[in-house]
Amino acid sequence: MKTVEEIRAAILAAVPGAAVTVLPNASPSAQQSLLIGAEHATAIAKFLRDDEELALDFLSNVTGVDWLDKEIAEKVKVTRQVAKPVEGGEPGQVQMMDETVEETRKHVEPGYLEVVYHLFSVAKKHGPVVLRMRTANRTDKAELPSLTPVWRSAEFQEREVFDLFGIVFKGHPDLRRILMWDEFKDFPMRRDYVEPDDFEYEPTPHDEVLKRAQAHRAHVGAAEAKP
Amino acid sequence: MSSSSTHVDKSGYLDNVTARLARSEKLDGWNRPPVIETDGEGELLELAMGPHHPSTHGVFRMDLALDGERVIRLKPVFGYLHRNHEQLAQNQTYLASMPYTDRLDYICSLTNNWAYALAVEKLAGQAVPERAEYLRVILAELTRIQNHASTIGFLLQEMGASGTPLMYAFREREKILDLFESLTGSRMMCNYMRFGGCRVDASDAWLNGARKVVAGLPQFIDEFENFLMSNEILMARCQGVGVLKPELAVNAGISGPMLRASGVNYDIRKVDHYGIYDRFKFRVPLGDHGDIFDRYMIRMLEMRESISILEQALKQLPGGPVMDPKAKIRNFRPKAGEAYGRIEAPKGELGFYLISDGSPNPYRYRVRPPSLINLTVLEDMCLGSNVADVVLIFGSVDIVLGEVDR
Repeated sequence: MKTVEEIRAAILAAVPGAAVTVLPNASPSAQQSLLIGAEHATAIAKFLRDDEELALDFLSNVTGVDWLDKEIAEKVKVTRQVAKPVEGGEPGQVQMMDETVEETRKHVEPGYLEVVYHLFSVAKKHGPVVLRMRTANRTDKAELPSLTPVWRSAEFQEREVFDLFGIVFKGHPDLRRILMWDEFKDFPMRRDYVEPDDFEYEPTPHDEVLKRAQAHRAHVGAAEAKP
Repeated sequence: MSSSSTHVDKSGYLDNVTARLARSEKLDGWNRPPVIETDGEGELLELAMGPHHPSTHGVFRMDLALDGERVIRLKPVFGYLHRNHEQLAQNQTYLASMPYTDRLDYICSLTNNWAYALAVEKLAGQAVPERAEYLRVILAELTRIQNHASTIGFLLQEMGASGTPLMYAFREREKILDLFESLTGSRMMCNYMRFGGCRVDASDAWLNGARKVVAGLPQFIDEFENFLMSNEILMARCQGVGVLKPELAVNAGISGPMLRASGVNYDIRKVDHYGIYDRFKFRVPLGDHGDIFDRYMIRMLEMRESISILEQALKQLPGGPVMDPKAKIRNFRPKAGEAYGRIEAPKGELGFYLISDGSPNPYRYRVRPPSLINLTVLEDMCLGSNVADVVLIFGSVDIVLGEVDR
C-alpha cells in the first residue's frame, strides 16, 4: 500500500488546488492522517474511492473530536528604548538605550471541531487511511461537507456526529438527531457540555404538567439565587 | 386495501415520497434506496413498529409506511438505550472502561473486551504473551459460536418455530456460558481481557472442560441442520427475501456475516491477522444471493469453522504467563497520539478509536458499532416486502441494542 505521503501526492495530482496536509502521530500505532480542506473534500473522497490503486471503497468509521480554545503563553524577547541616567553625568541627564526584556504574551488559539474518517479497501484489503476535516470554529461556522453521497456508511455516523458534536454536514440526505431526542438542545459530546439539572423537564400543553414544571423552574431559580 | 376511487392522503404519504426522492437524489448513483410507488388507490397506513415489539430484540422502533401489506418507507429510530458510553469512558481511566465494554454488545462481552484491549495495545505499543493470545482466540471463537447459535435461534423463533430451535440453541449456549463463568466469574459481563494479556489463567481442568464442550458442538450443528435445513417453510420465508447487493453492502460499510452473505470475501481475521489468527487454518464461508437464507447459512458454516479454530488452538496452547510482566497497570498513561483498532466480532467489524493526550483518561474514545452501521441498509432491504418479512430481515441483521445506542 502507498504511504501517507504518496497518497497525498496522488490526491494533489488528481485534484488540483486541494489542500492536503499530513498530520504526524507520535503513538506506536503510527497511523498518520491526512487533513483535507473542506472545499475539495467530495472530489478527494471520490478520487480515493474510485482510484484503481487505492480503491478505498469501505468507509469504516466516522467520528467527531472537539478541540477547545487553547490559551497559549509564549515568552517573547522584546527590545525597546529606555531612558537611563548617564553614569557620572549630571543629575537629570539621561540618554536613550536599548534594553531587551522577556515578556510573556498570551494569545488564544481558536478551537475547532474535527471529523475523522477511517477508510479501508475491501478490494485491495489494505488500510486504514485516516482523513480529517476541521471546521472554522466551534460556534457559527461548524459546517463541513457530507461524504454520505460517496459512502453510504457515513449516513448514520454523520448523523451521530451532528447529534453529539453539532457539526452540520452540508449535503447530507437526512440530517436529524439520531441518539438524542429531536427537542434536545445541546451537544452532549462537546468538551464544555454541562448537563441540564433535570433531563425530565419538558413543558407540555397539559395544564397539570405545566403547573408541575413551573414549580420546578421556581425551585431552580431559588437555588441559583442563593449565594 | 380500501377500494375507494379517490386518493385520500391522510398519512402524509405523498410528502414522504417527495422527501425521500429529494433525499435519494443527494446520494451517488446506485446507492440510492429504491422508491416504491403505489397505484394511488386507497389510504396508506403509518405504523410504528416498536419500541416494545417483541421482534425488535430490545427497545428499537421502525416507522413504517404501508400500502396494504407492502412496505413503502421504513425509518429506524434509535436512542432508547443511549447512555453516552463514549462520554463515560472519557471521564475515567483506560482500564476503568473495560467493564463498560461488556455492556455494549452484551451477548459477546469477550470480543468487546478484546477489541478495546487491542486498540489500547496499539496506542501504547503493548505486547501480549503467547498464551494470552491463544486464550483470547479460544474465548472469541466460543463467543462467536454462542452468538451465532442464539441469532439463528431467535430468527427461527420469529419465523414461527416457537420455542424448540431456540431452546436447542440456548442449550449449547448455556454450556459455553458455564465455561465463561468458571473462568471469568460471570456468564455475560466477563471483563476478562487486560492491556497486555488476560486477567486470570485457565486451569487444566477448565481446558479439559472446554475440549469436551467443543467436541460436542459438531453434533449440535448436524442435528440443527438435519431438522431445519430442508424445511419448506424456512426456505419459502427466507430465500430471495431481503436481498442485499454486494456493491451496496461494501459502500454502506456493512461488515461481518452480513457482508459475506452478499458474497464479499472480507474477514478481518484473514485481512488484518490481528492476534495470532495467521496460525490457524480456516475457511471464510461466502454467500451467493445475499438473502436471509444466505445470512442464516453463513452463520451455520462459520460456527463449523470456529470449531475447527478452537480444536487447533486447544491443541497448540503453549505454557507461560498470561500477562506481559512489563505491562503497566497503575498510572497507565499512553503517549500522546491516536490509534484505531478493530476485530472481526460476531456481528461485524468492531473498532475502537482512541486519542490520548498523555493523561490517564482518553481524550477521545469512540466505538465503531457494527450493529448500528449494519442497519444503514435496513430500509433498502425491506422496501417492497411484506410486514411479516420485515421481522425476518431485521432478525437476520443480528443487532444488539446495547451497542446500537451506546
